[in-house]
Amino acid sequence: MSSTTPAVEMKDIVIRFPGVLANDHVNLTLRQGEIHALLGENGAGKSTLMNALAGLYKPVSGTTKVNGELVDFNSPKDAIAKGIGMVHQHFKLVPTHTVTENILLGMDEPRFLMNLKKYDEKILELEEQYGLYVDPAAKIWQLPVGAQQRVEILKTLYRGAEILIMDEPTAVLAPQEIDDLMVTMRSMTDQGKSIIFISHKLHEVIAVADRVTVLRKGIVTAHGKSLEGLTKRNLAQLMVGRDVVFSVEKEEREAGDVVLEMKDVYAKNNKGLPALQGISLRVHSGEILGIAGVGGNGQSELAETITGLRECEGLIEINGEEISNQPPIEAIARGVSHIPEDRTTVGSAPSLSITDNMIMKNYNQEPIGNGWSINFARAGEHAQKLKEKYNILAPNVRTPAGKLSGGNLQKLILAREISSYPRLMVAMQPTRGLDVGAIEAIQSLLLEQRQSGTAILLISEELDELLSLSDRIAVISDGKIVGAVLAEDADINEIGLMMTGGTDD
Amino acid sequence: MNFTIILHAGVATGTVLLFAAIGEIFTERSGILNLGVEGMMLLGAMAGFSISLATESPWLGVLVAMLAGGALSLAHGVVTIHFQADQVVSGLSLTFLGTGLALVLGEGLTGQTPPLLLDYNIPLLSSIPVIGPALFQDHGILVYVGYLAAPLAWYYINKTRPGMHLRAVGQKPSAADSVGVNVYGIRYIYTFVGGCLAGLAGAIISLSVSPGWYSSQTTSGQGWIAIALVIFAQWNPMRAALGGYLFGMLRRLILDLQGPRILLGFANPLYINSNYSFFLIMTPYVLTIIALIFGSRAVAKKRAGSPSALGLPYVRGERGK
Ligand SMILES: Nc1ncnc2c1ncn2[C@@H]1O[C@H](COP(=O)(O)OP(=O)(O)O)[C@@H](O)[C@H]1O
Ligand SMILES: [Mg+2]
Repeated sequence: MSSTTPAVEMKDIVIRFPGVLANDHVNLTLRQGEIHALLGENGAGKSTLMNALAGLYKPVSGTTKVNGELVDFNSPKDAIAKGIGMVHQHFKLVPTHTVTENILLGMDEPRFLMNLKKYDEKILELEEQYGLYVDPAAKIWQLPVGAQQRVEILKTLYRGAEILIMDEPTAVLAPQEIDDLMVTMRSMTDQGKSIIFISHKLHEVIAVADRVTVLRKGIVTAHGKSLEGLTKRNLAQLMVGRDVVFSVEKEEREAGDVVLEMKDVYAKNNKGLPALQGISLRVHSGEILGIAGVGGNGQSELAETITGLRECEGLIEINGEEISNQPPIEAIARGVSHIPEDRTTVGSAPSLSITDNMIMKNYNQEPIGNGWSINFARAGEHAQKLKEKYNILAPNVRTPAGKLSGGNLQKLILAREISSYPRLMVAMQPTRGLDVGAIEAIQSLLLEQRQSGTAILLISEELDELLSLSDRIAVISDGKIVGAVLAEDADINEIGLMMTGGTDD
Repeated sequence: MNFTIILHAGVATGTVLLFAAIGEIFTERSGILNLGVEGMMLLGAMAGFSISLATESPWLGVLVAMLAGGALSLAHGVVTIHFQADQVVSGLSLTFLGTGLALVLGEGLTGQTPPLLLDYNIPLLSSIPVIGPALFQDHGILVYVGYLAAPLAWYYINKTRPGMHLRAVGQKPSAADSVGVNVYGIRYIYTFVGGCLAGLAGAIISLSVSPGWYSSQTTSGQGWIAIALVIFAQWNPMRAALGGYLFGMLRRLILDLQGPRILLGFANPLYINSNYSFFLIMTPYVLTIIALIFGSRAVAKKRAGSPSALGLPYVRGERGK
């Protein structure tokens, strides 16, 4: 194998799902020892292509060569045997197994008895070699996402992977962790490994990759381009197919009266452990308060206590009326609306139609219902009106909500919540996993709401989003608010440091 | 009432529950819920009984009983693993199928006397006072095997490579699949193992513990109790064994309490007469429900044993798995 033989050469790959051509004659060439970015919007077909390279999906047609040798994978085992390892977008870890057990899963050694102690040692050695530290005896569910990702990387390294596929590895990380990951990636290529790095964040691609392949709707729009001389704007155009506005315009606005007031709120998470440890905050009308933090530091619980979905201790008031520990209907009656973290199971009922999902909050109010029956003709008109106003792409209002793409589903939820004229909107990760176009749309809707005087609590892990939308930013860590700043004089590094629990001194 | 007698009987009947429950633990740990235990047990009881009658070999009967239970469970496997049908519906149908087959094929077996499994004493151990005669005397070999089965099953599940793969497939099949573990294969194997052990449990009833063929009364709902025991035991074979033995003792205790007219100087409220016997027979099942309520609570509280993919068919590439 000469050093000029590409590590991977995929040619004319076609992969179909029912009704979707996910990869349409895709070519990809990974050179030895490079970091190759695979860029594309959500649904462009990046994960699909890489799942084929990892042996999980079988292409309808096309050829794949690994180190110059033609391969045809029937199972992930075949791909692993050729030195290919994949860190999946949604981690493939067994939560109740230990780190070591997860790494050993599917291996031929040990043959029968586990002897975990001995293997814990081996894994510690591997951790030393790459600077990826995590306790081998810890159970996965006890670990933060960053550590889980290190386990995924260790899993591929333990199998002797020479070619690493990382599917949106940065999506779950805080800024400092992203920097660490990039250092790790560099140290892996220095040790001779080749990496395919999937992302839809342009600055990361520019920061770390040598070359880039861009996918748009299953088609390659740039094949192995060198990143030299490419700007963010060029890349965005290749990815989206049109010019993109990078930040939404925010108008000046004076904040009004206090709408949400929380005082010393404590709550437990699903495991019964303390999740909120004395949260106090205020959101005024016409103001967006951003909550920054690494996932799992109490954000979900914060949103749930305000919307009545979780019990808590302490005081929560909306316009001076107490709503803590009241059922969600009380919060709704006082004008609290909720954009939940989980669009598909909490935010909507996927098997019900768009209409049913639209009227979920006002089905029993005139003109749609009278408390006993629902006027479906009016409900349909209502849904149709909102569908047009919010530009929701779907065949018609009878389409099940589960058939909508992420962006359109989120628009549906926003349409429903905004049309109830909220005083407070609790938005949790409203743009997570959406593509550039949809993010623009959702962010503009939130700013419109702010303009019309709604108080907005915006919980997000995207610092860029928080900085461009919020008036103030509070940082949550370990269930406590550890700092608050005005968005205009916020420093991204300082916030990042607070998020990870570090301090300046 | 004599403690040794109650313990002796409890261990014998408990062995039936132990094998059935351990079998179901294996199946459920792989993510497959098989509610057909009662049907597989009854078919096993019938097969063991009739094969022993025909061949004069009770051990051949035991073997065929296991294969019969196993074969029936494979039907459940094909329907739920391959065709991804609803596991509850398929399992319930399996109960009907197994019960029906056993009743039809067992026609005319009542009152027959095939050779039974013999009882043995364990030297030395049986001379320990009180528990010796209860645990190590006059039991079938399978009772003694049962003593070893629970710790061995526990060790296998928690400390061996195939056990770790089994747990992974039941907890997160997509993770197992992504590293080349054969999810379907493993689910088939343990569904089959569960069926075999249910068949074995049936044969233990009809050839050893309460010998004979009494149509559907032969198992009288013990398959359902075994399923409840799995939840109560939080998918832990050791707890399942303990629960099985306790349950067996309880049944015997209730039987004993039905005898005397006077109990502790009062008229015995449990004294057997035609009016009260319903309630007495009901007791074990009521206790099952109570045990289930407390057991499920404990499961919900801790992340105890419960396989999170239980009851969910696995399809590669489907979101959220
Ligand atoms: N298992 C699947 N079944 C059906 N459609 C799928 C499946 N996986 C992906 N798709 C579709 O294929 C397209 C590409 O998806 P994916 O590869 O996940 O995109 P990306 O990783 O670039 O966001 C999308 O339209 C998606 O809806
Ligand atoms: Mg993807």
